[in-house]
Amino acid sequence: MHNKTIAELISGLEAGEFSSVELTQSYLDRISSLDQHLNSFITVTSERALEQAQQADAQRAAGQAGLLNGIPLAQKDIFCTKDVKTSCGSRMLDPFISPYNATVIEKFNASGAVMLGKTNMDEFAMGSSNETSWYCPVKNPWALKAVPGGSSGGSAAAVAARLAPAATGTDTGGSIRQPASFCGVTGLKPTYGRVSRYGMIAFASSLDQAGPMTRTAEDAALLLNVMAGLDLRDSTSVDKDVPDYTGSLNNELDGLKIGLPKEYFSEGLDDAVAKVIEDAIKEYEKMGAVVSEISLPNSKLAVPTYYIIAPSECSSNLSRMDGVRFGHRCENPRDLNDLYIRSRGEGFGPEVKRRILVGTYALSEGFYDAYYVKAQKTRRLISNDFNNAFENVDVIMGPAAPSPAFNIGELMDDPITMYLSDIYTIAVNLAGLPGMSIPAGFVNNRPVGLQLIGRHFDEAKLLNIAHKFQKVTDWHTQGPGQFV
Amino acid sequence: MYTLDKSDVEKIAFLARLGIDEQDIPEYATNLTNILDMVEQLNSVDTDDVKPMAHPLDGVQRLRPDEVTETNDRENLMAHAPETEAGLFLVPRVVE
Repeated sequence: MHNKTIAELISGLEAGEFSSVELTQSYLDRISSLDQHLNSFITVTSERALEQAQQADAQRAAGQAGLLNGIPLAQKDIFCTKDVKTSCGSRMLDPFISPYNATVIEKFNASGAVMLGKTNMDEFAMGSSNETSWYCPVKNPWALKAVPGGSSGGSAAAVAARLAPAATGTDTGGSIRQPASFCGVTGLKPTYGRVSRYGMIAFASSLDQAGPMTRTAEDAALLLNVMAGLDLRDSTSVDKDVPDYTGSLNNELDGLKIGLPKEYFSEGLDDAVAKVIEDAIKEYEKMGAVVSEISLPNSKLAVPTYYIIAPSECSSNLSRMDGVRFGHRCENPRDLNDLYIRSRGEGFGPEVKRRILVGTYALSEGFYDAYYVKAQKTRRLISNDFNNAFENVDVIMGPAAPSPAFNIGELMDDPITMYLSDIYTIAVNLAGLPGMSIPAGFVNNRPVGLQLIGRHFDEAKLLNIAHKFQKVTDWHTQGPGQFV
Repeated sequence: MYTLDKSDVEKIAFLARLGIDEQDIPEYATNLTNILDMVEQLNSVDTDDVKPMAHPLDGVQRLRPDEVTETNDRENLMAHAPETEAGLFLVPRVVE
C-alpha cells in the first residue's frame, strides 16, 4: 500500500479496497517501526490521525468525500496546528501548543485529509541540511550518513521513505526544492502569494511560500488544488483564480521552449550532476521541446542579496519570540532585558542567532541603505533577468542543487559553503517565481533533481512539464532500498 | 573589507536582545565578517537608477473595512504563556 501514489490511493479508497483507517494505520505502523532510522518526525499524532481517518471514512460513506478524503499527510512543523505542538524545529517553541490552525491546515482538514504528524526541519527553516534542528538532524533515506537537505528535510525524507504519501514544505531560498533533489522526491514551490502564509511561522515574509512534496507531479497537483487560493488573513495572498492543476497534466510539450541559463552550468556544478541534468533535457528534446541557452547575468548576486534580505526579515519576524507571551522563558530573570536576552539566547540555536545578528546589523541605524535597500535593488536586477528570459522561453531548467546530498557534518563549520548549496534556488524566491525539483537520476546512489522554473502563476505548466517527464522516465518511482 | 570585532558583536547582540556565550563571540565575529564580505559583491553593481523591490510581484497592501472579525479568545491564547495572572502576561518588575 505504501508504494501507491496519492492518485492511486484515492482510487483505492473510492473503490472500497481499503478504508482510511486501514491506510492511516499502515502509515503509522511504518513510522513507528522505521522513523527511528531517519528522525523525520518531531511529533506523531497517532490518535488524532485515526480519529480523522474514521471521520473521513464516515464522510465517504455519506457521499461527502472531499478532494483528499482519507489521505494521510505529514505537515512540516512550521505550520500551526491547533492543540498540537508546533516547534518550528526550535527549542524556543518546544513548549508551544498552537491555539489555532494555519490556513493550509484548515484547507487540508476541509478536504478530508488526515494528519500523521509534524515533520522535522531546520530551526525556523534556517538551514540547508536539517542539521540546525533542535530535535537532531534528519537522515537521508538513500544514504543514512547523508543529510536530507533543508529546511524541509523531514518532509522530504518521510516522503522518500514512504512514511507518508506526501508532505508539506516551505521554501524561502530553496527549502522545498533542495531537499526534494537530495531525497529524490517531487517538490513544488508555488508563486509568491499563491498559497496562504497565515499560520505558517514567518522566516522572511517577502520570500516564504508553502508547497507540496510528493512522489509524483500528479500528486503535487492534487495537493496544490487544495492548498492554493486567496486568503484574506494573509495580506500578501494573491486574488487570482485557482485552476484545476490536474487538468493540464497531459498537455503535449511539442514546441515547448526551454531555456538553460549558462550561469547554472558553470563553475561550482558537480560534473556528474551536470550529466544527469543534460540527459534529462534530452528527454524533453525527444518530446519535441526546443532548447536554447539563455543568460541570467545577475545570478552571482542572488546569494549575497538573499543573505541580506532573508536575515533582515528574520531578525524582525523573530523579535516576537521574547519569552513573554509564548515559547521558552529563562529561569529567574533579573529584569526585563535579562528575560529577553536569556530567553532568546537559550531558545535559539547558532544558525538562527547568526542570521538574527546579520539582519540586526543590516537594519541598524546608518547601515540600512547600504545593506537592505541595496539588496532590494539588486533583487530587482535578478528579477528583471527572469522577465527578460521569459520573453523568449516558456520554462527555465537546470540543476536544483550543485551536488547530490552531502554528508552529515560536512558543511556545518562552513556557513558560506552551506549557503552556496542553494545557489540555483535562491534567485527564484527573490523573483517570486514558481519552481520545482523532480527526480532526474542518481550520482553515487544519491538522487539528483532537475529544477523547472516558470513564469509567475505558471504552476499548471510546470506540473504538466514535470508530469510528462515522469511518463517517460522512472526515476520518481524508485525508492531507497531499505524503505520500499 | 570591514572586520567586526568583539565589541561590534556585543553591541549587535544587545540590539537584538540576544544572549550569546562569551566563548562563542570570536566565532560569530568571524562568521559575520565573512558574510558581510560575501555581501560586499553587491557594491560592484551600479544600482543608482534601480527602484528597490520590496515585494516580488510589486504588490501593494490590500485594505479591508475596519470591522471586528475575530472573537475575543483570551483564555485560549494565553493558555501557553510562560507566566500569567488575572488575564495579564507577567514579566519582572519594570518600574521601581
